[in-house]
Amino acid sequence: MDFWSLIGIWVAAFLTLSIYSVLYQDNPFYRFAEHLFVGVSVGYGIVLSIYQGFIPFAWKPFVAAVEGESSSGFIKLIPICIGLLFFARLSPRHTWLIRYPIAILIGFGSGIAIPNVLRANIFEQTRGTIAPFAAIHAGTLSGWGTFEAILMVIGVICTLTYFFFSVEHRGPVKWLSKVGIAFLMIGFGSAFGNTVMGRVALLIQRVDFLLSDWLNIIS
Amino acid sequence: MNMDRRIVFILVALAVIIPMLLSVNLPVSVSEPTQKFYDYVEALPAGSTIMIAFDYGPSSLAELNPMAKALLKQCFDKDIRVIGITLVVDAPTLVSDLIQEVAAEKEAVEGEDYVFLGYRPGDVQVILGIGTDIASVYDTDYNGTAISEIPMMQNITNYDQIDLLVDFASSDTIESWIIYANVQYNQKIAAGVTGVIIAQMFPYLQTGQLVGLLSGILGAAEYENLVGAPAKGMQWINVESFVHLLIVVLVIIGNITYFIHRAREE
Repeated sequence: MDFWSLIGIWVAAFLTLSIYSVLYQDNPFYRFAEHLFVGVSVGYGIVLSIYQGFIPFAWKPFVAAVEGESSSGFIKLIPICIGLLFFARLSPRHTWLIRYPIAILIGFGSGIAIPNVLRANIFEQTRGTIAPFAAIHAGTLSGWGTFEAILMVIGVICTLTYFFFSVEHRGPVKWLSKVGIAFLMIGFGSAFGNTVMGRVALLIQRVDFLLSDWLNIIS
Repeated sequence: MNMDRRIVFILVALAVIIPMLLSVNLPVSVSEPTQKFYDYVEALPAGSTIMIAFDYGPSSLAELNPMAKALLKQCFDKDIRVIGITLVVDAPTLVSDLIQEVAAEKEAVEGEDYVFLGYRPGDVQVILGIGTDIASVYDTDYNGTAISEIPMMQNITNYDQIDLLVDFASSDTIESWIIYANVQYNQKIAAGVTGVIIAQMFPYLQTGQLVGLLSGILGAAEYENLVGAPAKGMQWINVESFVHLLIVVLVIIGNITYFIHRAREE
């Protein structure tokens, strides 16, 4: 292992221990590591955005257009200029100019998103909820599959009922919404359990690093 | 009863360190979503092309790197060409190192068996741009080589030549891929995601919008098992099991203590 890799491992080990030291109590090592992490993350992100976003998509076309190397570069000047209007926010007199790029972004975003989102998240999901019943009708779904399909429809109806506020939740509606709450709780429980699994995995990875790369106790 | 929470931290630390030192091996079974993912890739003929979007940064590396590594090994073993990209700004260096490491192990050749195109800003614009012409978004690869000079990219223009898109994601990028690449271009998509977002991915699997799904470190372990290349995923899931067991025990103890305390107060 070369010298700089070794230095890197020791720095990483020091920062890992500094971050975990907050579990005992707040201390200067933790605050140093936390601030360093935020600073490095932001700095790295900005530099990469400049080199992989701004320079190839804004600066180079601009220079090419000015120097006459590419006539198509002038077309790219239009979005570049619209993008620059975001900086109008810095001048109180010209703040109103920021409405134009925001309006274009919202217009483009909505236009491109609404049909696709409707199809992906509404139509396809509705089809997915109903489709198993076609299989039940055709006799191709197993007993467990049939149970799952019915349970899913009950869950969808009850959960949607819980979020239906135009009718007072009394009588059957109340019971349907109560079942809906149960489905929601199961969903939240599943999400929380998976989140715990994810967070523990992060800890395991750091401990693995400390024991193998830093201390060489395990291979 | 109040217990110093630092005792819990110490117990969790011990539950991680002891099994890791003892190298405990527990059996790993394979779930249906992981099996579907593996079967789909396995069914692709040699010479097929997979685009892998490595949409995660260092904070999610622990869960997603092992599964990405296992998939890359499977692809290189089967002579499936890999196009790597990322929509996450702090991912390129990590991804480049990961691909190079697996490629070196499997003797895959850059430009012929795989290419890493790097990062481009603007999630939706990148996804839509690839649907029109990859070169309109990525004129060069991560190393600066013009895309027109990369041998494996000669016959690849857009999603039409990509047999499967895999997104390893720690955020909602997977939904963007589904909403735009799947809906608009009918691109087949599989995903490997962190535990935090797995619950919201299952509806897409049920509808077939995802052909397969890997769930956090568990998915990584299952995939390593299927590929026959046990590595960090299988090692870590064993440790994870002990921590989960500890958490379950602590939850039970906490509830029993709570009810005893409440009964005494009444």
